[in-house]
Amino acid sequence: MNIFETLLNGLSMGSTYAMIALGYTMVYGIAKMLNFAHGDVIMVGGYMIFLTMASVGNPILGLAIAVVFCMLLGITIEKVAYKPLRGASPLAVLITAIGVSYLLQSTAQMIFGSAPKMVIVADLGNVMLGSIKLPVYTLVTLGCSFAIMIALSLFVKYTKIGRAMIAVSEDKGAAQLMGINVNGIITITFAIGSALAAFAGFFMLLKSPSLTNTLGAMPGIKAFTAAVIGGIGSIPGAMLGGILMGVVEAISLTIPAIAPYTDAIEFSILIIILLVRPSGILGKKRREKV
Amino acid sequence: MAKTVLKIENLGISFGGLKAVQDLNLEIKEKQLYGLVGPNGAGKTTVFNMITGVYKPTTGKFYLDGEDLTGKSQEAINHKGIARTFQNIRLFNNMTVIRNVLVGLHNQPEFKCGMLSSVLRLPRHFKTEKAMRERAKEILRIVGLEEERNNLSCNLPYGKQRKLEIARALATNPKLLCLDEPAAGMNPNETADLMNIVRHIRDEYNVTILLIEHDMKFVSGLCDEITVLNFGTVLAQGTPEVALNDPEVIKAYIGG
Repeated sequence: MNIFETLLNGLSMGSTYAMIALGYTMVYGIAKMLNFAHGDVIMVGGYMIFLTMASVGNPILGLAIAVVFCMLLGITIEKVAYKPLRGASPLAVLITAIGVSYLLQSTAQMIFGSAPKMVIVADLGNVMLGSIKLPVYTLVTLGCSFAIMIALSLFVKYTKIGRAMIAVSEDKGAAQLMGINVNGIITITFAIGSALAAFAGFFMLLKSPSLTNTLGAMPGIKAFTAAVIGGIGSIPGAMLGGILMGVVEAISLTIPAIAPYTDAIEFSILIIILLVRPSGILGKKRREKV
Repeated sequence: MAKTVLKIENLGISFGGLKAVQDLNLEIKEKQLYGLVGPNGAGKTTVFNMITGVYKPTTGKFYLDGEDLTGKSQEAINHKGIARTFQNIRLFNNMTVIRNVLVGLHNQPEFKCGMLSSVLRLPRHFKTEKAMRERAKEILRIVGLEEERNNLSCNLPYGKQRKLEIARALATNPKLLCLDEPAAGMNPNETADLMNIVRHIRDEYNVTILLIEHDMKFVSGLCDEITVLNFGTVLAQGTPEVALNDPEVIKAYIGG
């Protein structure tokens, strides 16, 4: 396998992880909670695409429906499961999130069964660049995710709502006293995170068409790891962590001797980074003021 | 007779068995500079926390321009027109000075701009952003921080951070501005400068100001009227000369 091809593959995988990691990191930054049901929102998005493909057969429409449905799902989960626990112990919120995760997985299994569904989103084929063969889906994934990530960064940096989001993540109490509707901002954050998860689901199905109710489980954990590596709460950190995970994964998979240990290698990176920089690569250092 | 901006009636709060504040009554007239003083632990910040919605009072009510705001949420109270600063500075540290003020402008109706036009970056978005920046600069000019608007707020010296907190609170366009120890940690020059700024804000923006302060020179130089608290109860009320010379007040401060 060509090194260029491996790298491109890694970048495309990594940008998918980055999109999921953004959902974890933004929710953590704003609501100070780990939303372990986030990975399963990807799976729900996958089933929405499956349903649209089976009935209408239009992947773009499928993506649109998945995005809208996941946004509504994210907002509902927050309102029903997490909002009543605002101010409760972090452990209660964490276990609730895990509960929501299983609820989503089991519901999907009840409705769609446990046999994998084949979702051929689109066969994009390959392009040749000189002697290098590039699968088009990697280019599409990479291009779309980067466009979305740039748009998100601009949104957070240059709009009123983005500014309010940063204010809430820095000091919820002070933001509230400046008249910012914290609940509204949390709702928007869940909606954005879930929309990104739907996009990630689309890219994952573009890569491999097999869909089960645990589609989001492993990528969810890996993206969460990526968010922690990058520094949880940091938006550029999540992007960097996601890309790093994807590239490491792609490289490791091409070396036969270590390929079976790919997952182990990815999670070891987390351990090493946390030993050297406990707050993650771009995370804020906690400095005590004296 | 000027109209009453803030009216507090029998306000009180208990934490467990501790009555942190009880039976507080006071009335602040429009454009008044009102002081809330008292020894440490007297309940001054607790009063601020109640009238800004951080704590829900156990007893009593408070009114802004005659409207009962007791028990309303923090953001609702801010929308109605009470803004505050904090005793322990609580700026958004990783934001620039001007962005801190922009957060304060978040809810001003004149800067409403739909989410859609923000996301699509329509001309209206840029127009609103520009107008907001202009207003933010104007507010920073008043507290003398215009030149430092692009610095990170955590890199400002302490006295300037306090001024930035005032600017951020002012940006929410309050009727009543509550300042929690605005002069703490300032040297005499900065304190004198701050007195001018506070007066200027009152005159320019027509806001009424309620402040907590330990610096008695600051209080007597600035305030028209004060309330002295001790252990959550009112010791004295009136002009600074009268209230600060009350025998009960002197006893509370010096002991006896």
